[in-house]
Amino acid sequence: MMEAIQAQLPVLQVVIPLLAAPVCIILRRRSLVLPFSAGVCWLTFLISVFLLGEVLEAGVISYALGGWAAPWGIEYRVDALAAFVLLFVSGIAALVLTYAPRSLTDEVPASRHYLFCTLYLLCLTGLLGIAITGDLFNVFVFLEISALSSYALIALGGRRQALPAAFQYLVMGTIGATFILIGIGLMYQMTGTLNMADMAGRLAAVDGVRTALVAFGFLTVGIALKMALFPLHVWLPNAYAYAPSVVSAFIAATATKVSVYILLRFMFSVFGLEFSFEQLGLGRALMPLALAGIFVASAAAIFQRNVKRMLAYSSVAQIGYMVLGISFATATGLTGGIVHLFNHALIKGGLFMAMGCVMLRLHSVDLDDMAGIGRAMPWTMAAWALGGLGLIGVPATAGFVSKWILLEAALERDGVLIAILVLLSSLLALAYVWRVVETAFFHEPSERAREAREAPLSMLIPTWVLLGATVFFGLYTDYSAGIARQAAEAVLRGMP
Amino acid sequence: MTETVLDTVLGLYNYWVVIFLMMTGFYIVIARGNLIKKVIGLNIFQASVFLFYITVGKVSGGTAPITAEGLEVYSNPLPSVLILTAIVVGVATTSVALSLVVRIREAYETIEEDEIYAQDEAR
Repeated sequence: MMEAIQAQLPVLQVVIPLLAAPVCIILRRRSLVLPFSAGVCWLTFLISVFLLGEVLEAGVISYALGGWAAPWGIEYRVDALAAFVLLFVSGIAALVLTYAPRSLTDEVPASRHYLFCTLYLLCLTGLLGIAITGDLFNVFVFLEISALSSYALIALGGRRQALPAAFQYLVMGTIGATFILIGIGLMYQMTGTLNMADMAGRLAAVDGVRTALVAFGFLTVGIALKMALFPLHVWLPNAYAYAPSVVSAFIAATATKVSVYILLRFMFSVFGLEFSFEQLGLGRALMPLALAGIFVASAAAIFQRNVKRMLAYSSVAQIGYMVLGISFATATGLTGGIVHLFNHALIKGGLFMAMGCVMLRLHSVDLDDMAGIGRAMPWTMAAWALGGLGLIGVPATAGFVSKWILLEAALERDGVLIAILVLLSSLLALAYVWRVVETAFFHEPSERAREAREAPLSMLIPTWVLLGATVFFGLYTDYSAGIARQAAEAVLRGMP
Repeated sequence: MTETVLDTVLGLYNYWVVIFLMMTGFYIVIARGNLIKKVIGLNIFQASVFLFYITVGKVSGGTAPITAEGLEVYSNPLPSVLILTAIVVGVATTSVALSLVVRIREAYETIEEDEIYAQDEAR
């Protein structure tokens, strides 16, 4: 019995949240729906832990959907990288939903909570599906499932600015997804297959290089739009700033990271290192964009009054670090990119959760209103400061580990200048993090801050778990950096 | 010489239609400030990709992919199946976009992009 279930784990990972989503509409009652969907999230987390264990022990898992063998049927393929992404996406989803009830009560009308849970589970389904599938068209479908539900989730935001923000995200997200669809179509036209591994094998034999080039271009731009790579990031700041706190925490921690994962999959597993980086020089195109993104977005973050918006700009900068690591196209560079994917998911998720606590008590996340809040909410703001240290990359936090590996990768490639730029950019992060810490702890309390109390434990504990994890992974790097290195090496080897 | 020119212009006419529609839709999305027009532009943009997929699946001289006596060449049904899924996605996107426009109109009493942003900046 157990073995029968174990063999089906790859599909259960996606099907359980997918089927649970409509159940939320049937249950409808708030007191039932929230625990139910949190339970579902924890279940998917449990499955992903098993999957990761199995992959690390026995190697790549290939699952034929419906029993149809690989190149014809849809294949679910779990390798080290996919298992790693599944693990942190489902883990953060579960933590955020455990944290959600109080924050939701405050920000979203109770009559819409069951819809929130439905959308949340659908979004999770899409993100997990992208990570697990080995089929190109499937990637597009899951991408749209997660994107459509996140547009609606963002529009749940309390202030009316959430609506144009969601609309703008919808327009740009749809353009991105359609570009990806065109790219996939061109590749299907060339090879006659949609299975990633199969296509990787056939692309080498195809001589229609121009079609491959066009497909590559569409895919790169489409994915860059989805992951908010500078300068295609304009949809992101408003979407994160005006979404409900819970949604910001979940989407900021996972959605763009999964898009980076798609980039890795297409550029390394499907097109292959040689075509993407040696023939086309993708690294030379990505590196300046990544560096520009790091500097422009960090600088923009310094001038934001709304702290959620500030964190959103910081997210654009952090995407820059991940892409920078990828653009080196070496094992160390990729390890840095992948481990930052994970570390930043924890840090940014935790920071947005702390902002949710502030929103609950202050009903504002403006810097002026947050003056002196550190006295009324010491635990919340201490957690925020801890996450901020991670953003800067202070030793003994997770952010340090990823920046260290990135520096190592830069120096390996004789990129002393790049290494210096990475160090300098940390100063910008220091500037915007310090601004909030200073205002919260050293300024006279604002009117709102005087009336505030500490956030409830039901929200504080998940926030601390996530931010505590960043310290844990800053000290014990075997799990995060170790798995990331395995994943990077597997990605560089390409599809067998 | 003229033959090859004719081949590229007429022989590939479906691809020209695709490119024309794609650019039209893309232009509308970028250049128009009216949200409804943007949604329609997005639709045209997506529709061009649907046509592209259907074109890819056509095998010249092939019939519908149903086994029957005396027929040997079939069109490829897979792209049509794929694009059926993408059409569903497109419909879903349009409906989400339109419902957002309705709510934007309720909140701002306009669906012109510049007026919406002007209202938020004025506050």
